Amino acid sequence: MVLLPPSAGGVTPWWRNRRLIPWLVQAAVGLVVLVLIAFLVGNLVANLSAAGLLLSWGWIDNPSGFDIAETLLPFDASLPYWRALLAGLVNTLRVVLAGLIGATVLGTLVGTASFSSNGLLRGLARVYVEVIRNIPLLLQLIFWYFVVFLALPDGIDAIQLPGLVLAKSGLFLGNPELVNGVWQAPLRFTVEFGALLTGLVVYTGAFIAEVVRGGIASVPRGQWEAASSLGFAPLLTLSRIVLPQALRVIVPGLNSQYISLAKNSSLAVACGFTDLYSVSETTLNQTGRAVEVMLILLGSYLVIDLVISALMNGLNGLVQLRER
Amino acid sequence: MLRKFVSLLPLIAALALVGCASEEGGIQSQKMATIKSRGKLICGVDGKLPGFSFVGPDGNYSGLDVDVCRATAAAVLGDPNKVDYRDLNSSERFAALASGEVDLLSRNTTYTLSRDAAGGNSLNFAPTVFYDGQGLMAPNASGVKSLKDLSGKPICVESGTTTELNLADRMREIKATYTPLKFQTGDQTYAAYLGGRCVAVTSDRSQLAAKRTGFPDPAAHSLLPDVLSKEPLSPATVNADPAWSDAVRWTVFALMQAEELGITKANVDAKVAEARANANLADLRRFLGVEGDFGKQLSMPADFVVQAVKAAGNYGEIFERNVGSGSKLKLDRGYNRQWKDGGLIYSPPFR
Repeated sequence: MVLLPPSAGGVTPWWRNRRLIPWLVQAAVGLVVLVLIAFLVGNLVANLSAAGLLLSWGWIDNPSGFDIAETLLPFDASLPYWRALLAGLVNTLRVVLAGLIGATVLGTLVGTASFSSNGLLRGLARVYVEVIRNIPLLLQLIFWYFVVFLALPDGIDAIQLPGLVLAKSGLFLGNPELVNGVWQAPLRFTVEFGALLTGLVVYTGAFIAEVVRGGIASVPRGQWEAASSLGFAPLLTLSRIVLPQALRVIVPGLNSQYISLAKNSSLAVACGFTDLYSVSETTLNQTGRAVEVMLILLGSYLVIDLVISALMNGLNGLVQLRER
Repeated sequence: MLRKFVSLLPLIAALALVGCASEEGGIQSQKMATIKSRGKLICGVDGKLPGFSFVGPDGNYSGLDVDVCRATAAAVLGDPNKVDYRDLNSSERFAALASGEVDLLSRNTTYTLSRDAAGGNSLNFAPTVFYDGQGLMAPNASGVKSLKDLSGKPICVESGTTTELNLADRMREIKATYTPLKFQTGDQTYAAYLGGRCVAVTSDRSQLAAKRTGFPDPAAHSLLPDVLSKEPLSPATVNADPAWSDAVRWTVFALMQAEELGITKANVDAKVAEARANANLADLRRFLGVEGDFGKQLSMPADFVVQAVKAAGNYGEIFERNVGSGSKLKLDRGYNRQWKDGGLIYSPPFR
C-alpha cells in the first residue's frame, strides 16, 4: 500500500496528503453506506419476522397441487413447487426465444421496406409501425387472443392443410388426427402460445423496424451511390455494403428492444399462457410466501435480461468498426 | 463518485425512515382507530359477480358480500354508506389485505387451513356467510354430462383459487388428463369459455349461477351434478389485529342472530322500543345494546347490532334479496338455512 507520503523532508502532514485524503473519504462514505445497508436489511428482517414472514424456503419442496396446461418438461400436480416454477421459466424462455427471432425477421423486413422504391410498400411499412407502436401491448394481446385466435373454427370445421391443422385448440403439425372431437398431433402449439407470440412479435417488430430504419439512414448516401456506380445491384448493395455499416447503429438499439420483449412476455396472463409469472402467481397465492416468490421472479427476469444484454454487447463488439 | 454517493444520502435516509414507520404497531386495534379517523371502511370485493358484489346501473355496489361491508361500516361508523370499495381479482386479494390496502376482504373467499394459518397466508376468517361447493358448467350442446366426460378436454379456471387445486385433485383421483386454462380475472375466464376455448368452466356453484345470468343465452348452459369440494365463503381480515377481527366476526354473527330472533330491517326500531320498555327481556336488551357493554368490549358503539341490521337487514333478508328468491339467481338456501331449520347458519350466544 502506498498510503503514506514519501518522507521527503517529512514536512507534508497526513491531512494534506493528496493521495491519502481521497482514500479516507472513500472509506468513510463506504462505511456510511454499509451501515445504512445493514440498518435497512436489519429493519426488513425485524419487520418480516414480526409479521411472521421471515424468508424461508422449505415450501419450495412441497407438492404444488396444481396442473400446467403446456410444458416442455414433464409436470403434474404431485411435483414440487420448484418444478412448477422451472416449467414456467422454460415456457417463458420458449416464447422469448421464438419472439426474438420472429421480431427480428419482421422488424428487419419492415425496416428495409421503408427504403423501398415501391411507394405502396413504403406506405404500408409506415402505417404498420405507427399503428402498432402506439397501441398498448396488453390491448393487442387481448385482441389477438379473444378476437382473432378464439374465432378460429374447432373440431371437424378446423382449417386443414396437408400435415397441418389450425383449430381453436391450437396449431397441430405432423399428421393431426381428430380423436373423440379433439385434435391430436405429435407437435402442437396452443392458441395461448400463438396469441402471445404473435402479439410480442408484431409489437416488438414495429420498434425493431424503426431501429433498423435509423441504422440504414445513418449510412451516408454516398455509399449507395458509390456501390451503384461500381455496378452493385440494389439488393447486393443493401446486404454487402449498407447493412454491415448500419449494424453498428442497429445493434445497441436492438439490445433494449430484446430486453423489452423478454420483460413484456410476462403479460402472458392476459391470454391464458402459463409462463413464469402465471406459475409464480398461483404459487404465491397457495403458499402465501410473497417475498420469496417475488425474489425468484425478479431474479429470473433480471438474469434473462442480463444474459440477453451480455450477448448483445458481445455482438456489438464484433460489428464495431475496427480501425487499424 | 463521492458526489453521487452524497447526493444519494438523503434518499437512503428517507428510505430508512419509511422502513421504521411500519414498526410502530399498536397493541389494541390499530385498524379500528385508522378506520375511525379516516371515517371510511375500505372493503375489498370482487365487483363483477352478480348477487355477491356487482356495480348496478345506478353506479352503486350491491350484493351479499357488499352487504357485509355495509353492515360492518354501519356497526363501526354508524353509516352504511361510509365504505370505499376496491375491486380485487383472486390473485391480488390477499396481498391487498396483508398490505393494509383494504381493511376487510369480503370477496367470496374460501376459508382454508393454509389461508388461516400464521405460516400460510395468515388471515383471520369471519363466520362463513355462504356455504358453497365447487361445480362445473358446460354448454348443453357439448354433450358433457359429468366430470368423466371432460377427460382430455380443456377446462377454464381462474388462477390463484382453491378451485384450481380442487380440479387438479379430482382429476387425479379419476386418473383423467385435462388442460387447465388459467386466467387472471373472472372476466377473462368466462370470455374464454364463451369463446369456446374450453369445454367447461369451473368455479363455486353460486358463482357459476351468478355469472350465467349475464350470458347472452343463460338457458344454453348447465351446471354438472358433480360437486368437487366444500367452499365455505367467508369475509377475512389480517391475523395481526385480533380486536378488529373480533369486531367483524361479531358483526356477522349479529346478522345471523338477528334472523334467529326475528329482528328485521323493518322491525328493528320497534324491537328496540320493546326492549327499552320491558326490563325482563334480558337477552334482547343485551343483544340490541340497551343494557350491558358488548359494544364497548368490542370497541364499537353500544348499538352496533341495531346499526348493522338497519343497514343491511338480517342474514336471511340479505340472502333472499341478493342471491335467493328476491334475485335473478334464485338460489335455494340449502346449507345456508338457520341451524333451527337444519342449516349451518349458527351464531354463538351474545352474552
